[in-house]
Amino acid sequence: MSLFAADPLDQIRRERARWEEETRRQRPERQQAFITTSSTPVRRLYTPLDVADLDYGRDLGLPGEYPYTRGVHHTMYRGKLWTMRMFAGFGSAEETNQRYKYLLAEGNMGLSVAFDMPTLYGYDSDAPEALGEFGKCGVAISSLADMEILFDGIPMGEVSTSMTINSPAAILWAMYIAAAEKQGYPRGQLRGTIQNDILKEYIAQKEFLFPPAPSMRLVADTIEFGSQELPQWNTISISGYHIREAGSTAVQELAFTLADGFAYVEAALERGLAIDDFAPRLSFFFNAHNDLFEEIAKFRAARRIWAKAMREHYGAQDPRSWLLRTHAQTAGVSLTAQQPDNNIVRVAIQALAAVLGGTQSLHTNSMDEALALPSEKAVTIALRTQQILAHESGVANTIDPLAGSYYVEQLTEQMEAEANAYFRRIAAFGGVLPAIEAGFFQREIAEAAYRYQMEIDTGARTIVGVNDFVAAEPIAIPILQMDPAGYDRQIARLQRLRAGRDNVAVQKALAALADCARGPDNLMPPILDAVKAYATLGEITDVFRHVFGIYHEPVHF
Amino acid sequence: MPDLSTASGLVAALNEGNRRALARVISHIENNDALAQPLLAALYPQAGAAHLIGVTGAPGTGKSTLVNGMALAFRQQGLTVGIVAVDPTSPFSGGALLGDRVRMRDLAGDPGIFIRSMATRGSLGGLAQTTADVVMTLDAAGFARVIIETVGVGQSEVEIASTAHTTIVVEAPGLGDEVQAIKAGILEIADIFAVNKADREGADRTVMALQMMLALGGTGHQQILHHGRMLPVDLPPAPPADGWTPPIHKTVATQNQGIAALVEAIEAHRGYLQHSGLRQTRDRLRAATELRMILRDLLLQRTLAAIPAADIAALVHAVAAREIDPYSAAQRLVARTTS
Amino acid sequence: MDRKIRILVAKPGLDGHDRGAKVVARALRDAGFEVIYTGIRQTPDMIAEAALQEDVDVVGLSILSGAHMALVPKVREALTTAGLEDVPLLLGGIVPDEDIPVLHQMGVRGVFGPGTPTGVIVDFIHNELREPL
Ligand SMILES: Nc1nc2c(ncn2[C@@H]2O[C@H](COP(=O)(O)OP(=O)(O)OP(=O)(O)O)[C@@H](O)[C@H]2O)c(=O)[nH]1
Ligand SMILES: [Mg+2]
Repeated sequence: MSLFAADPLDQIRRERARWEEETRRQRPERQQAFITTSSTPVRRLYTPLDVADLDYGRDLGLPGEYPYTRGVHHTMYRGKLWTMRMFAGFGSAEETNQRYKYLLAEGNMGLSVAFDMPTLYGYDSDAPEALGEFGKCGVAISSLADMEILFDGIPMGEVSTSMTINSPAAILWAMYIAAAEKQGYPRGQLRGTIQNDILKEYIAQKEFLFPPAPSMRLVADTIEFGSQELPQWNTISISGYHIREAGSTAVQELAFTLADGFAYVEAALERGLAIDDFAPRLSFFFNAHNDLFEEIAKFRAARRIWAKAMREHYGAQDPRSWLLRTHAQTAGVSLTAQQPDNNIVRVAIQALAAVLGGTQSLHTNSMDEALALPSEKAVTIALRTQQILAHESGVANTIDPLAGSYYVEQLTEQMEAEANAYFRRIAAFGGVLPAIEAGFFQREIAEAAYRYQMEIDTGARTIVGVNDFVAAEPIAIPILQMDPAGYDRQIARLQRLRAGRDNVAVQKALAALADCARGPDNLMPPILDAVKAYATLGEITDVFRHVFGIYHEPVHF
Repeated sequence: MPDLSTASGLVAALNEGNRRALARVISHIENNDALAQPLLAALYPQAGAAHLIGVTGAPGTGKSTLVNGMALAFRQQGLTVGIVAVDPTSPFSGGALLGDRVRMRDLAGDPGIFIRSMATRGSLGGLAQTTADVVMTLDAAGFARVIIETVGVGQSEVEIASTAHTTIVVEAPGLGDEVQAIKAGILEIADIFAVNKADREGADRTVMALQMMLALGGTGHQQILHHGRMLPVDLPPAPPADGWTPPIHKTVATQNQGIAALVEAIEAHRGYLQHSGLRQTRDRLRAATELRMILRDLLLQRTLAAIPAADIAALVHAVAAREIDPYSAAQRLVARTTS
Repeated sequence: MDRKIRILVAKPGLDGHDRGAKVVARALRDAGFEVIYTGIRQTPDMIAEAALQEDVDVVGLSILSGAHMALVPKVREALTTAGLEDVPLLLGGIVPDEDIPVLHQMGVRGVFGPGTPTGVIVDFIHNELREPL
């Protein structure tokens, strides 16, 4: 440092102090405090002072290079746009098959399967627990026969398919593999993702079936099987989406998701897998909420934290192991029943955040998605929103255009630091599983959700159409339009299936599965055998329920 | 159709096994409304057969999960079980979130079980008294075992637990070596220790810490029974001091491990109380305590009713201003009611 | 007298989205109610049994999966079997307009859609319980 030239930051510091002083005195602001969607305070102004510690090479680097803050690919959207992947599924396999063909024709680049509640819980459509839930939130798949219909006429070796399924993920994945093989595609060629993220079920979404230990074993089995037999398949999509939907802040979403990711890495390492054999197939799934800059910073921080941990802590050598590839979906919880047309705008802002954050694929919610099954028109608008962003807005023309913004860089740093603080707290519990049992995540999320609701109730936070700018119009919630014959068709098909298949073979396959479940071997081969014998989802899950037991959660407020 | 609007109708229905009547009776007692007294009067003579089990310990140690397991074990022996789960009332709103039932799912659908969640309510009559009355109601309704779960923080919770025949203090291995019961000052009331979450690291250290403390003679139920101003009670001769050493049982409530042994220990303690005559001692002591508390309340109410509020307020002011000491002030008030 | 309003908050059916149920449970606590929270995946019989044992004044259900038209009658039936036909039932969730009159007929006193301020629910319960008391 020279004796004569003062540190340029010093001058900014002086000027800034003067400006703050004058501004505070002379110009009142319209609110006492400004906060993000996650209730984080936002400063009046950001300057180089706020990023004084930023080291370009160390903290940002170049796109496609460590630490990937600026993106996981060298060319990002100049090379290839993000995958526009619309999550869809409702009613019976026949109906959803029609919707998929429509989506593919409209320019969708990949499929994303939503399953109905009974399927997510491993129940057949005719189970008593399935009462009233058939096809409500997704498609009902009770056996390989349904899966064959779902993909009838769709080349399974050519599309990439994402399946939102967790507790019974291994079973639905086996059905997919078996259906594709029947179409004539070798399993090694299949591309897609199973969500398979059981930890966030305990933390947020609550669609767990078995206790944590056997659940983690199922995950490790799929990771191992995938790394050996389906090298192009993402065997897990480590999901913050549902954590956020359950009411977490952006930092909690970031920290809890990455902590889950580390837990899966450690489970696979314990299995004896080499880090570079499976880490490249780990993928992520984040929420894109309303607060534009906070969301962008979240994606950037996520990539940086993951890359550092994978390289420095877990010692991965293959650069593909360092990459945090992610899917994103706009925030379902942010959509309002009041003045639902406004949701189109919310979705556009959220989608913009995901794109500026550098996502690899994106689902945009339909304006009516919070209320009912999305109409075809609403789905089209949501898809068009992505296409407008990609082709008209110009945001896809250059890489990570917000880098260097004092605000965005400061937020990125701050979120990284806050996530690190959470990692330390989780470690103090002894890791993710003990923290789940102690209710740590659940409590943190419940606290944030309650605070958010109170901010709305007291008017501290404005939600257009809900607590301000309210219209006198009644809230009209459209009724679910489902083919009423679908349910009967499904039940009839199930009954035919159970009567017509080789039931001796089914019993043998289920018994072999139970044996395997009691031992240490990988469960995927016997699951595939059972699926191919047309054992139903419920029958296979019951084997696990019996051997592994069922889990009840602790409740925390 | 039983008449659930009168005390006699409620008691009759309760005695026929009407669970809604039982639930209603408990509410009347909790609310301390006009029916409470006649209900208590009618039910008290019916009670006394149940064995009362207190379960207390630091938050989250697994008390509810243990209660769930214990109740199942009792049911397997053909014994009916009433459960009272007490959780704190929010001092800010007066409301409460009662979540213990969540951990007792396995007991759903069994007519031999009755679970009631209670908030502490900061009620005038004293939480201990209300809880004791609710427990008495379940006793009178014929439940063979009544389990009372309280969080082991605060004096009144300790009091509740200590009014049971058998008090179980639940520990769980924490992050440090510390035995939480010491911190909460509830070590002395334990007849049995359960070191739950024995699947976790550190359980053995917790057991050792407890053993050490027992060896140092830090526990024993007697001390707590003798403090306070007691009414005159005829007590049978005290049993030998070494009659009962609180056993320590490791449990994994979530996997139903160690529960059978814990329940055996409860039954052993029940037998011990009976043989040693301690059960009678405890029942009499409890009766004395109860009578004393109720008497105190009654006298207080009578005093308040007999003297104009303004006069009392004036005396309060005088005490605050140190013009008179509170003892003399109280004497003065008592003198006015008796004259 | 130390009378408190007691309310059961339960989630029947499969869906595990308990954010709303928990936020409402807390808000009710903060409004001075005693809230018995039973958590997710409650069967109609479990709900009725808890309502009976806890002698609650109100039963609040949260159903977000769209299965309310199948689940609510089952819960109502279980409550009636338990002799609790007079206990008011409230429903929170995503309920199409067409369903509301039918739900009223099933004995649901209040339906609270997405975006309902928690204070509205509190006021509703106070009003609902005022007359019969
Ligand atoms: N690992 C382990 N966890 C347990 C065990 N027993 C209970 N838990 C878990 O500990 C947590 C708390 O259990 P509860 O039974 O609710 O504990 P509690 O003491 O009743 O809690 P409060 O009533 O809130 O004070 C839950 O997540 C239980 O699943 C055990 O033996 N081992
Ligand atoms: Mg408890």
